[in-house]
Amino acid sequence: MYSTALEYLPAIPELFLLSALCCVLVVDLFLNERQRDVTFLLSQLSLLVTLVLVVVFHSDSPRVIFANSFVADTMATVLKAFICLIVLGVFVYSRRYLIVRGLYRGEFFVLGLFGVLGMMILVSGHNLLSLYLGLELLSLSLYAMVAFDRDSARASEAAMKYFVLGALASGILLYGISILYGMSGTLDLIGLSEYLRREGTGNIGAVLALVFIVVALAFKLGAVPFHMWLPDVYHGSPTPVTVYIASASKIAGFAFVMRMLVEGLGPLHNDWQDMLIILVVLSLAIGNLVAIAQTNLKRMLAYSTIAHIGFLLLGILAGTRQGYSASMFYTIVYAITSLGAFGVVLLLSRVGFEADRLDDLKGLNDRSPWFAFIMLIIMFSMAGVPPTVGFFAKFYVLRAVIDVDLWWLAVVAVAFSVIGAFYYLRAVKMMYFDNPLDRSALEETSGMRIILSTNGLAVLALGIYPTALLTLCTRSLMW
Amino acid sequence: MILDIYLVLFWLFSAVAVFAALRVITVRNPVHAVLFLVLTFFTCAALWMLLEAEFLAIVLVLVYVGAVMVLFLFVVMMLDINVAPVREGFIQYLPLAATVAVIVVVEMALVVGSKTFRPNQMAAPAPAAAGASNTEELGVLLYTKYLYHFEIAAAILLVAIIAAIALTMRKRPQTKYQNPAQQVQVRKQDRLKIIKMEPEK
Repeated sequence: MYSTALEYLPAIPELFLLSALCCVLVVDLFLNERQRDVTFLLSQLSLLVTLVLVVVFHSDSPRVIFANSFVADTMATVLKAFICLIVLGVFVYSRRYLIVRGLYRGEFFVLGLFGVLGMMILVSGHNLLSLYLGLELLSLSLYAMVAFDRDSARASEAAMKYFVLGALASGILLYGISILYGMSGTLDLIGLSEYLRREGTGNIGAVLALVFIVVALAFKLGAVPFHMWLPDVYHGSPTPVTVYIASASKIAGFAFVMRMLVEGLGPLHNDWQDMLIILVVLSLAIGNLVAIAQTNLKRMLAYSTIAHIGFLLLGILAGTRQGYSASMFYTIVYAITSLGAFGVVLLLSRVGFEADRLDDLKGLNDRSPWFAFIMLIIMFSMAGVPPTVGFFAKFYVLRAVIDVDLWWLAVVAVAFSVIGAFYYLRAVKMMYFDNPLDRSALEETSGMRIILSTNGLAVLALGIYPTALLTLCTRSLMW
Repeated sequence: MILDIYLVLFWLFSAVAVFAALRVITVRNPVHAVLFLVLTFFTCAALWMLLEAEFLAIVLVLVYVGAVMVLFLFVVMMLDINVAPVREGFIQYLPLAATVAVIVVVEMALVVGSKTFRPNQMAAPAPAAAGASNTEELGVLLYTKYLYHFEIAAAILLVAIIAAIALTMRKRPQTKYQNPAQQVQVRKQDRLKIIKMEPEK
């Protein structure tokens, strides 16, 4: 029961990140407005060191510590590494937006780092309680970040909605967890799945708990019919926070579903497969159809997120290793692509101008051919046009679904993707064939130019050579 | 005989708890509602006492009743809540709400009445030894088995503090405030000016 310090080695990245962000918090207190870049650089440095530690302390055999509440396996390493990388990008994109709006404060970065810590705990959760606590740490940071622009009524409204619905979802999740704990007497995921396997199918108590847990997961991911908060939060929050929610936190959401449904409630696969099928069909339909009617770019991307969540769950519900790895591939690809899409929105914004309307994309090719090209790649990837990586992400997921003989579901998914391609291509048409509404030059910083270009080219490069990432995803799953 | 006393106490406290919880949402006066909520917490604490969770029962009374609910009471007393508009639309939504409530109750009854949740599914836990310290056992568990969760909870509280400060603290240039350091350093010649005046007749 009592452990030595060496046993904590797998948790070194988390421990470092917690200490580092406390240091950032204290250092920031002694800086004045003009020295805020120190906070920015320190946060980036902490993320970078965390990333290095995640990779350095990796071992191929899974290690479980803290009395079965923390697991360090290959999936955890890969997802944590991508979370750190993506948040590094988010911070670079956010810097100028925050400066021109007077939001460039240390708390933004500290809360962002806390969110990363929450995601890492979630990714490594091996116990119902640690999953819940990781989720709460992430959600609390997100609520505060959404409300960060205190003078914006829209942001406050979004934060309030997010907070109330998020708290409701947490309550539902806890209810499900408490039923499971009451029946099995254990919080440990392995113990839980052993108990469920012993009990066999048809255990109505476990199915009741499962309903609560699936509802809570759908709430947190934003799957229809639990998606109501998502468009308002994406639209209302400051764009740097939107990109944070839309990219990195989706990876954590994937890990949450994997740990909860696959690792813990795996024996109930037949039950949750049916529930997920309903969520997937509704998400694909509502997400793609409603996105067509949007005139606001952030809102359009929010509905496109809902549709992408449908695809993410599609791979998981197949219930095969191939399906899980396809879903993991999809999640990582989606996070990178959506980082780029919101990066372009941040690039176009200026003082007092959000650039979040679809019309603001008009004639981007005349203003900056290079970034119009980057946005073109990103939109093609979201629509699933080869040779961008989005095509392969959709392809692998569909292949996994067809392999378990769910033909009709694959047909539905393809049909709605074709409908969805319309609004992505409309954005491309606006950039290349419409006249710009304003011709002012883009205010880009060199850091942003480099990272955004890398981001866009990564989407293309991964599409030309997708095998490496897919192999990584397949290798990191043990189920 | 002793078992019977426990049973009687259990029924008594549960009846009071359910009654008080119902009153919380049915009384018209918000202050009364808060007071009924206090009663609910109190009886729940008594129920926990019957479960041999003495420490948690005391914490419930101290923290929830003593701190949270008193704070809540202050807020309710300060806000002048008009009761009438709160009830608006009650009749209008009653049929829909009642239908949903009945469906939920029936579904829950079906599930909870199934054999999974029968009392005989779980053996009654053995009563703790006479000298066992509830607090000590909780402490040992908290700092060994649940150490990781305990630390995450600490991080969550830190986020809550940072978020609250970041969202509410702002510099107001027109605010007047005192600087005690400057106040104690003040010297006579800074404040007091002695003027020689011609005596008036």
